[in-house]
Amino acid sequence: MNKVRINKILNQIPTHVILIATILIWVVPTLGLLITSLRPVQAINQSGWWTVSNTPLGGATYSQFCAACHGENGKELPAADLSNPDLVTKFPRSIQLLATLRKDINGQPHLGTTPMPSAQEAADIAVYLKQLAGIVTQSKFTLNNYIDAIVGYRGTNNYVGDCAAGTQAPDIHCNASDILNPRGMGRAFVNSLLVTIPATFIPILFAAFAGYAFAWLDFKGRFVLFAILVGLQVVPLQMTLVPISRIYAQLGLNGTFLGVWLFHTGFGMPYAIYLMRNFLGSLPRDLFESAYLDGASHWTAFWRLVIPLAMPAIASLGIFQFLWVWNDLLVALVFLGGTTPVMTYQISNMVTSLGAGWHLLTAAAFLSMLLPMIVFFALQRYFVRGMLAGAVKG
Amino acid sequence: MATPSAPEIMKQGKLAPWIYLLPALLIMTLFIVYPMINTIALSFKNKDGSASAATTCIDGKPCWGIFENYHYALTGELDTSSFSTTWKTFWDSSYGNTIKWLFLMVLGTVSIGLGFAVLADRVKYEPLAKAIIFMPMAVSFVGAGIIWKFVYNYGTQQVQIGILNAIITAFGGKPVSFLTTPQVNTVALIVVGVWIWSGFCMTILSASLKSVPEEVIEAARVDGGTEWTIFWKIMVPIIMPTIVVVVTTMVINVLKLFDIVYVMTGGNFGTDVIANRMYTEMYVNFNVGRGTAVAVVLVLAIIPFIYYNIKRFMMQEAIR
Repeated sequence: MNKVRINKILNQIPTHVILIATILIWVVPTLGLLITSLRPVQAINQSGWWTVSNTPLGGATYSQFCAACHGENGKELPAADLSNPDLVTKFPRSIQLLATLRKDINGQPHLGTTPMPSAQEAADIAVYLKQLAGIVTQSKFTLNNYIDAIVGYRGTNNYVGDCAAGTQAPDIHCNASDILNPRGMGRAFVNSLLVTIPATFIPILFAAFAGYAFAWLDFKGRFVLFAILVGLQVVPLQMTLVPISRIYAQLGLNGTFLGVWLFHTGFGMPYAIYLMRNFLGSLPRDLFESAYLDGASHWTAFWRLVIPLAMPAIASLGIFQFLWVWNDLLVALVFLGGTTPVMTYQISNMVTSLGAGWHLLTAAAFLSMLLPMIVFFALQRYFVRGMLAGAVKG
Repeated sequence: MATPSAPEIMKQGKLAPWIYLLPALLIMTLFIVYPMINTIALSFKNKDGSASAATTCIDGKPCWGIFENYHYALTGELDTSSFSTTWKTFWDSSYGNTIKWLFLMVLGTVSIGLGFAVLADRVKYEPLAKAIIFMPMAVSFVGAGIIWKFVYNYGTQQVQIGILNAIITAFGGKPVSFLTTPQVNTVALIVVGVWIWSGFCMTILSASLKSVPEEVIEAARVDGGTEWTIFWKIMVPIIMPTIVVVVTTMVINVLKLFDIVYVMTGGNFGTDVIANRMYTEMYVNFNVGRGTAVAVVLVLAIIPFIYYNIKRFMMQEAIR
């Protein structure tokens, strides 16, 4: 390597440092969520997720106070074998343990010159001893949080444990039907799909019709109408919620999928038409001329020519609308609420009213992100393209 | 109209275009245009929309007559007993908070987006780096809310399971309850917004930066310009139109922002914003008149951007 190249690499170092630091800030919060969602409940509340690779809880405290005599594996003193479950079951809590530690052994303090552990430290040691003796085998990772989130488990243990012991709540049946328990994320996932798929396809179809008319058909007021449409793109959703929920109340559409589909279609329209019209307008004119010369009607031209050619725009639009509807909370909150909860609603409900623990929240949040993430990473190209075409939707 | 007009041969009657437009126009009229007009009308009515807002006035208190809901929407959170209390309460109100959001979030997203776009342009792992910054766009606000609520978690006991407080205590500091401490919490929520939207700004600005001609930058380098002056004197002026578009888009996004506040604090502890307040008035207090009045205030703030959007569109059409 010559001097110029070395210099160039050195000059690049600050760039790399800034970039990687920013990337870390972006990744670490999500990583924390993922790791936490896979940890056992007790572990989540006892230590931060970044300590997951450390020795189990209490291990360090044990080494500090006990390992000198008992050994790291607890087997050094045959008279007091800490790997023996029968012995360890006598000290389930810090109180019993501390009492023993205060007693003298052969006239000498139990701990010698080492100071007594605090109550918290003793509790940590007690937890560790159970692991050492094999009474509790706590694995570092578990899928229980996900199972509990999917079936909507709200007890103090976990779904698998309750079902094994037969102590499940009355609305849990311990069979496949639990996946659709109305309180669970499984049902919410199905509801989210039922909301999102039609609310993605209907606007695209309508927008393709209208975009075609705006791009290739002549009619009075074409420009004015389109300019109004451009303005409507930024109208806030909040502006229309009240009248529509009043209309829905009269028509009985509150809490129905149809109501949500229609609402998302209405609000998706301005941006969708804008994108479609700009895309279709950029297609070569000869294409249409020759099609008409060959005797094609508008209708056949639309289905045979416009739709296949518009596929890139349809893909962009599809991803946009899909992510928008899937991630929406406000519309789901107002028009669906708790009767047919979607994923975003279910999670926000867990936060605001039930105060569910982190083990359920993190698992539920990750479940809700799974599908959008897959769609996003698989079709990122189209997403970016649609955004660059002028994304000011809302 | 500047767009290519339809070829002669394609003109097939006056009715055909309207048939294609019908579904879209119908649903937009029903779901955007009509409700907007209705919302304005309702904002002059009482709690359940049955009588004029003037009937809700309380004797002996200041009253704005038919504008009483706007009286409430604009001054309800304020302590107007003196100028200094008005000033102070304004900055704690949903309006003050929305202004803080506007300022900090637009500044944050645009500067991080632009900075990252410029720097990422020079490295080999650009696509991956950009995908990571962009990733939160795919996540719901609710999901992002949970992610950050966990980051901000405040433990009353010794162990901090939120990474931010763990870092603070590791350096010997006192843990902070990020979401309930006034002033701190609004900033904490804005950080979440910046985390979500920086990728959006970055993507658009990055595409614009790539269109800056390489020769111009090379010429400036040859003339001895430093990277810093090239950035400010050449790149920024060239992409200025895009920066303006990104800023206006972000302003609109912030004004409409609801989910982050709703999920993370519910608008409590002095974190309320206009969009969440509208929801609270309407669906928690069930006051149609007040809720719609807040919505109208929101749309009034957005009108300049509607105007700007249309103007920009006209200019684009003129160029085509």
